[in-house]
Amino acid sequence: MRLATGGRIDRSRPLRFSFDGRAYTGFAGDTLASALLANGVQLIGRSFKYHRPRGILSAGAEEPNALVELDRGPGRREPNTRATMVPLTEGLVARSQNRWPSLGFDLGALAGLGAPLLPAGFYYKTFLGPGRDAWYRRWEPLIRRMAGLGRAPEAPDPDRYGNRHAHCETLVIGAGRAGIAAALAAAEAGDRVILCDEQAEPGGRLLLLPGPVPGLEALRAQPRLRILTRTTAFHYGLQNYVSLAEVLDRPDGLRERLWRVRARRVVLATGALERLLPFSGNDRPGVMLADAARAYVARWAVLPGRRAVLLAAHDSGYDAAFALQDAGAGVVAILDLRAAPPAALREAAAARGIAVRPAHGIAATRGGARVTGVLAAPLRPDGSPDAARAEALACDLVLMAGGWTPNLALFSQARGRLRWDAAADAFLPGETAEALECAGACATGRGPGLPLAAIAAGSLGARKAFVDPQNDVTTRDIALAVREGFRSIEHVKRYTTTGMATDQGKIGGMLGLAITAAARGQAIPEVGFTTFRPPYTPVSFGTLAGRHRAALFDPVRTAPTHAWAEAQGAVFEPVGQWQRARYFPRAGEDMAAAVARECLAVRNAAGLLDASTLGKVEVVGPDAAEFLERCYVNAFHGMRPGRCRYGLLLREDGFLYDDGVIARLAEDRFHLTTTTGGAARVLHLLEDYLQTEFPELRVWLTSNTEHWGVAALQGPAARAMLAPLVRGIDLAALPHMAVAEAEVAGIPAWLFRVSFTGEAGYEVNVPADRLAALWERLIAAGATPYGTEAMHVLRAEKGFIIIGQETDGTVTPEDAGLGWAIGKAKRDFIGKRSLARPEMLRPDRRQVVGLAPRDARVPEEGAQLLAGADRREAQGHVTSAYHSAALGRPIALGLLSAGRARLGETVFATRLDGVPQPLEVVSPVFWDPEGKRLHG
Amino acid sequence: MLLIRCPWCGDRPEVEFRHAGEAHIARPADPAMLTDAEWAGFLYERANPRGDYRERWRHIHGCGRFFNAQRHTLTDRFAGTYRPGEEPPA
Ligand SMILES: [Zn+2]
Repeated sequence: MRLATGGRIDRSRPLRFSFDGRAYTGFAGDTLASALLANGVQLIGRSFKYHRPRGILSAGAEEPNALVELDRGPGRREPNTRATMVPLTEGLVARSQNRWPSLGFDLGALAGLGAPLLPAGFYYKTFLGPGRDAWYRRWEPLIRRMAGLGRAPEAPDPDRYGNRHAHCETLVIGAGRAGIAAALAAAEAGDRVILCDEQAEPGGRLLLLPGPVPGLEALRAQPRLRILTRTTAFHYGLQNYVSLAEVLDRPDGLRERLWRVRARRVVLATGALERLLPFSGNDRPGVMLADAARAYVARWAVLPGRRAVLLAAHDSGYDAAFALQDAGAGVVAILDLRAAPPAALREAAAARGIAVRPAHGIAATRGGARVTGVLAAPLRPDGSPDAARAEALACDLVLMAGGWTPNLALFSQARGRLRWDAAADAFLPGETAEALECAGACATGRGPGLPLAAIAAGSLGARKAFVDPQNDVTTRDIALAVREGFRSIEHVKRYTTTGMATDQGKIGGMLGLAITAAARGQAIPEVGFTTFRPPYTPVSFGTLAGRHRAALFDPVRTAPTHAWAEAQGAVFEPVGQWQRARYFPRAGEDMAAAVARECLAVRNAAGLLDASTLGKVEVVGPDAAEFLERCYVNAFHGMRPGRCRYGLLLREDGFLYDDGVIARLAEDRFHLTTTTGGAARVLHLLEDYLQTEFPELRVWLTSNTEHWGVAALQGPAARAMLAPLVRGIDLAALPHMAVAEAEVAGIPAWLFRVSFTGEAGYEVNVPADRLAALWERLIAAGATPYGTEAMHVLRAEKGFIIIGQETDGTVTPEDAGLGWAIGKAKRDFIGKRSLARPEMLRPDRRQVVGLAPRDARVPEEGAQLLAGADRREAQGHVTSAYHSAALGRPIALGLLSAGRARLGETVFATRLDGVPQPLEVVSPVFWDPEGKRLHG
Repeated sequence: MLLIRCPWCGDRPEVEFRHAGEAHIARPADPAMLTDAEWAGFLYERANPRGDYRERWRHIHGCGRFFNAQRHTLTDRFAGTYRPGEEPPA
């Protein structure tokens, strides 16, 4: 019910909204929760597990129950939104969640009406026990339909999400009394200050008082101070790196903004959170935190009920009861769990005509979707309510004043230690390694009430007393977990799921801990504390992703002929961040047909591949040869300028790390290529050795991957096609594994005679922006473009390995059949010592072999190779497998134990589609084993 | 995210850096002279302490240099960073 006067709402600006299809009106300044309460709506949703009716419990970010779905149109449906944190706007559309078929009549709840609740560990017990069959037949389908919260949106989010980085001397989190004071003091001392608060209006609990928030005007006058409202500090990173989520909802589509703040000093002024109280039926709509009820009256001029009962374990509840009475509600009774409430409060209540019943609790609540009464009961000596002596009191509102928990989630995220303070009956901030201070109620609490231990002890026998209302965890679940042997609070938490809902147990977590302690017969500090983890409250994916979506999700690198390939209708594949043309289908061709045609073109005439994505590093300096000599397995000192080597790079553990062509361009200048995916890590490894192991060498390393565009022209017709375009050298005189500077198609080039296909061929390196021009000339000369798939087939036909395909970080040069590349006379190189370890010399090491299927099927890459008795021993695996158009049959490469000594043997490759496939172990060189074509 | 002081560039965010393992593990001058066990020790054995730790970082998205740092593995607090060849903080 809305009060005629008071509150911080703007009665001149009415706003229309709907909930579950019904139209309502509220005012500017309302939250969705206050507007619903003003309209008498108490039933907001159904609980996660039992579908019990739930209402509004709090007035802030800690709300576990009042979760709704907001619908702002396609792509803007937002589930699990706390109604207490949504400022009311014109036309707001909200819906309840987790109910079927409707909120008022929910079939799921029928299951829970008569039946006992699903106990803690229900899932585990049903999975493992004799009831396992029942799990699949009965429980799983039922639970899958009933459990869960909200529905994810299906359409893409059309809104924008911003991102800002900020630095300041002082970041103050929480704009209540303590936060405002800390911010003002820092600003007056000259600091740049950021003050953030999750609420729409700064002030914290000062907003419960009428009139302007004290200190706010002085803050707004500070030029170096920024106030961020609707902004939640949700992550506390190392060295005061704090992430803030700001909700903007701007009309231009900027929805939320992520702030990354690095602060020299952080002041936590996050206050304290009121706890619920554990009694039977404490989850019924109309049962509310006392301070929340006070907030609804003071801030939004809403009376959440007409006849209230206060259950108090703390003095602060009396303020709420008195405020409600002042606003016109009746206070039926104050039930105080304490034997001796302060005399002053009792007198104040008596003066108002309110009966205070010390040492009383609630044995049960009455009502359906809304509380209609309580059973007020005197407490037994153990603190539990004595239902036999209970008296029924009619009411429509139950206030819980359970005492206060200092809000130290962020302090815990900052790796701060919490220490138990017996006098405060709370965990308070202890040591932290961060430049961090706590101020106000989060540092001191808000004064003790009835000790938590006593509250917990009195609740152990209660039925359906919820500790975690969102996850439907009761005091009995926790007691059961302890009886079943769960000792650690971390295990109790996981087994019962208490504190694991989206609210992370802000109002019930401490109680769960106290109940665990009570059930174990221990003191609270002996039980310990669970660590708080980010985010403090849920953050939308949009905020975290920011602009990093769609095309900006990950950078895309394209080769110089990308546009040409696109125009030709090429099919691309990602290789790391590169998009490479995989094949160039002609009309009517599928992938197999296109790849076969491209392969045959290379074998019979000439093909053209854009090889620009290969990593390239220039190694320059008087000691360049010595540096490479120490790093790569090959010998370089005797190498003449103009020659190329197939270089192998190992890690210090002796395993293959990368390969490529190393060309000596001049006495003091080498050009080396790396694999496409290995460019960055190879340069990193070389820099590491150069800077830290061999700093005496005068060598400079420069990545020039993007500088050079590379056209690989391969095939028996390559020379005839290229020669007319070449000026400056005699192409026919350039031998295999040689390099020369020349002019190609009028473009200055380094012309390499190298081959990754087994055919005579060239790789022409020109400035990347000139490659497209060269490319068109070579196509015009008759070259057939081919893609990475044909490239893979062609190299496999020759038994050339690909790092990362034939190797997996456990393959040595000898395993790969590349022992010939090692400079035998070399005293040392990276990984050499490891090659002499006994393990590396075992005869049964897995070696690269060729595998010739005895039938026409292409084996599956990754298939295990079976051999030995009954073919049950996995002795290796298939690393590459293709159909070879040149050979007219499938071929494969694999790693096989002692493989090179087993030529002619039959092994079997597993198949997902059935019986293992027989393969003959053969030489990995399927095509032109004598290598005549290279020199043709 | 850590704030790391590159000895050449100053304080920079962690995303500009790449961790490079424990510091002060020099490659043996003549690996061939080492026993298999000694070589395995060089390859694989690391201190991994709970407390102060000397480690290498590379300012890979900045100046590209390797340097050393002393960091507490529990608090992640840096006692300091220093160039190769310089003395670690006391
Ligand atoms: Zn730097």
